[in-house]
Amino acid sequence: MSRRISPVIPGFGLTLGYTLFYLSLLVLIPLAAMFIKTTQLSWDEFIAIISAPRVLAALKLSFVTALIAALINGVIGTLLAWVLVRYKFPGRKIIEAMIDLPFALPTAVAGIALTALYTPTGLIGQFADSLGFKVAYTPLGISLALTFVTLPFVVRTLQPVLADIPREVEEAATCLGAKPLQVIRYVLLPALLPAWLTGFSLAFARGIGEYGSVIFIAGNMPMKTEILPLLIMVKLDQYDYAGATAIGVLMLVVSFILLLFINLLQRRISTTS
Amino acid sequence: MSFRRFALATLTAALTSASIIGSAAAATELLNVSYDPTRELYVEYNAAFNRYWQAQGHESVTVKQSHGGSGKQARSVIDGLRADVVTLALAGDIDELYRVGKLIPEDWQKRLPDASTPYTSTIVFLVRKGNPKGIKDWDDLVKPGVEVITPNPKTSGGARWNFLAAWAYAQQKYGSEEQAKEFVGKLYKQVPVLDTGARGSTITFVNNKIGDVLLAWENEAFLALKEEGGDNLQIIAPSLSILAEPPVAVVDKNVERKGTREVAEAYLKYLYSEEGQRIAAKNFYRPRNQTVAAEFAKQFPALKLTTIDGDFGGWKTAQPKFFSDGGIFDQIYQAH
Amino acid sequence: MTSTTLANPSAARVAQRGNVWGRRFLIAAAWLIFTLFLLLPLYVVVNEALKQGLGTFFTSILEPDALSALKLTLIAVGISVPLNVVFGVAAAWCVSKYDFKGKSLLVTLIDLPFSVSPVIAGLIYVLMFGAQGWFGPWLQDHDIQIVFAVPGIVLATIFVTVPFVARELIPLMQEQGTQEEEAARLLGANGWQMFWHVTLPNIKWGLIYGVVLCTARAMGEFGAVSVVSGHIRGMTNTLPLHVEILYNEYNHVAAFSVASLLLALAIFILLLKQWSESRINRLKASAAEE
Repeated sequence: MSRRISPVIPGFGLTLGYTLFYLSLLVLIPLAAMFIKTTQLSWDEFIAIISAPRVLAALKLSFVTALIAALINGVIGTLLAWVLVRYKFPGRKIIEAMIDLPFALPTAVAGIALTALYTPTGLIGQFADSLGFKVAYTPLGISLALTFVTLPFVVRTLQPVLADIPREVEEAATCLGAKPLQVIRYVLLPALLPAWLTGFSLAFARGIGEYGSVIFIAGNMPMKTEILPLLIMVKLDQYDYAGATAIGVLMLVVSFILLLFINLLQRRISTTS
Repeated sequence: MSFRRFALATLTAALTSASIIGSAAAATELLNVSYDPTRELYVEYNAAFNRYWQAQGHESVTVKQSHGGSGKQARSVIDGLRADVVTLALAGDIDELYRVGKLIPEDWQKRLPDASTPYTSTIVFLVRKGNPKGIKDWDDLVKPGVEVITPNPKTSGGARWNFLAAWAYAQQKYGSEEQAKEFVGKLYKQVPVLDTGARGSTITFVNNKIGDVLLAWENEAFLALKEEGGDNLQIIAPSLSILAEPPVAVVDKNVERKGTREVAEAYLKYLYSEEGQRIAAKNFYRPRNQTVAAEFAKQFPALKLTTIDGDFGGWKTAQPKFFSDGGIFDQIYQAH
Repeated sequence: MTSTTLANPSAARVAQRGNVWGRRFLIAAAWLIFTLFLLLPLYVVVNEALKQGLGTFFTSILEPDALSALKLTLIAVGISVPLNVVFGVAAAWCVSKYDFKGKSLLVTLIDLPFSVSPVIAGLIYVLMFGAQGWFGPWLQDHDIQIVFAVPGIVLATIFVTVPFVARELIPLMQEQGTQEEEAARLLGANGWQMFWHVTLPNIKWGLIYGVVLCTARAMGEFGAVSVVSGHIRGMTNTLPLHVEILYNEYNHVAAFSVASLLLALAIFILLLKQWSESRINRLKASAAEE
């Protein structure tokens, strides 16, 4: 960490100024517009809007489905990262290159593809249907769509950290008599946890806000399968600008807190490494 | 260094693309902002109108279309989507153009014949071929095990007609408003997917094969038969339905800015001509013109219809009562 | 550490043998997950697109509305990506070369668009520039249209892609430190010469990587663009919105055809990314050898 105030390097004023200008113009002022719009509401009205049963149900749904998706990714993402970093096997390069596909693929395309896959007439949907449960138009379908969209986060944050742990450390531990579970508990877990949490929270934050891939598969039933971003759209389409922005502010605060949390984690990673 | 060339190329690309925006077409152009199921109707009508307009000695006119849930489309126009004309699912949505946006005068509906509604439709049931669940009337929809597909009344105009048709039936059959509410509540319990627009619901029912019955615009149901072939679906007419009146209006503020009033007004007026009416009927909308209606009489079953103005006191009363925040629709959902 | 391994080679071998099966199991699981979660959706897209043969596929993607959607998508990418590159370099520069108060807040703010729901990204521009918004009346008086027109689509695209380049460059530039630039300055280079000849070559692969990610997102954004688009066929439809429209018009095959065009673009972008990444790794490896 060799950062210091370097009088020799020019451009501090210019770059910081430009950064602030650009951010303010495109991100901060528009976001402020949303906050100001909600000030048209009194505090009580604001609370009444965000604690309406339908909003709470959507909030719960968005949180729970995003959490489930992030947890699924926490498991399969760790597995994928481990396999990609530690093993050489046929097709490794293909998987490595394609992991980022959910980032590169437009979410609407993901949405119609997953819907086609999971409806009772689709490839997987048929199978699930014969087992007697439904995927599309249920919270399960939403979770699966979110799992797809946020798949790369955990993999990509774990990979560099895993690559940095020398394999010899585990081997050494094993030779010294540690059981595999102990190796995981005392060697791998402490090293991986901050990165894992970062990937997990990124996936979670993205999942709460995701729209394009979810609306096709969600079912959009008030109180049941209506996600929070859709509720904003619904409020907006009823000319309820204040209501839409109130929910928007709620979501924004949540994502800001999550981001702060992530940045704190990352600082911990960089100080421990 | 090759990287610098790369940077230069990106910059050039950006500048060229910026210049493309500047070079938009200049010929007469109208924007028709419409609701979901009218896509096919206006594709055909736009071509016919252009022929007519040129025959009148004007230069050719391109009509651009935008479709979506009726409420959402009205909101976009209020927020600045520069529609020359709106052709929406119900008068309530066009009223908002006056109420919120002051884009049109309050008495807009008086400017064209038949309360500015050149064609009408109604709500029918679309079921799977052979009608496996034996659905004949509204009562059959609330039987256990029947899945009903309808869009969200909050965002879709068609869904509001669906809701009111069911309400009218229940009120007539059971008498009180309380019982109507209970009936409609039961009905919406049978709905597994609530899409945002009428077309979304049709796709859910027809392509994704969810549900046993689709509550649909009559025109949308006919179109689904036509697109999918009559092998898989059939239409059932209930004992009572509602006269769905999708009105049209010129958006005064926008046509004045763009100088398109003359062509915009002609565009809507021509909907009432025989050719316009025939195109509407061919696309399964019920025509207003008696001659054309007689020609297509076989296509449309005779139905007992209630009306929004006769039985619900018009959209100005029905919209807040049923569909605004805290209205009957919300109460039904929150009771679950 | 090496000595410990050597001290007990047989234990290591036993551990290795036990690992073979675990390893095979894990690799198989990775392949299964990969197939189920990533390959299957792709297969569905391509399969649906080719249902009626290649002819229909090509007519769907060459039809005028599809081409104009492609053009609009390219415009949005062509404007948002260069702007975000300039921003990303400037932001990474001041964050990585200097220490100042409020730096972590600034980094959080740069990241913010990343976790803001796309719907909100669209909504805020409607609140600002819509006819009922802050600048609405003024814009109307001057006959300037932002939302429901190309500028709104470009703005929404910029918003959702703001963090990408900066996010790639910040860690890279922090790692590289400031010595090389200082040396260049001492040798008499001015600021721009230093940037052009020292910094840029050092960060170019990271920059390309950021550009690639930024392009992918700009090309595929749906939610934010959907709010500000107005959905006018042939005018304000980007490719992802065009997919939605076709999907809603009983035009399944065309929808999936355009979707597979986007899919092909996405895969092309991934290949570019892979290539720039391998260059970064090679650079790192050679740096480590020195």
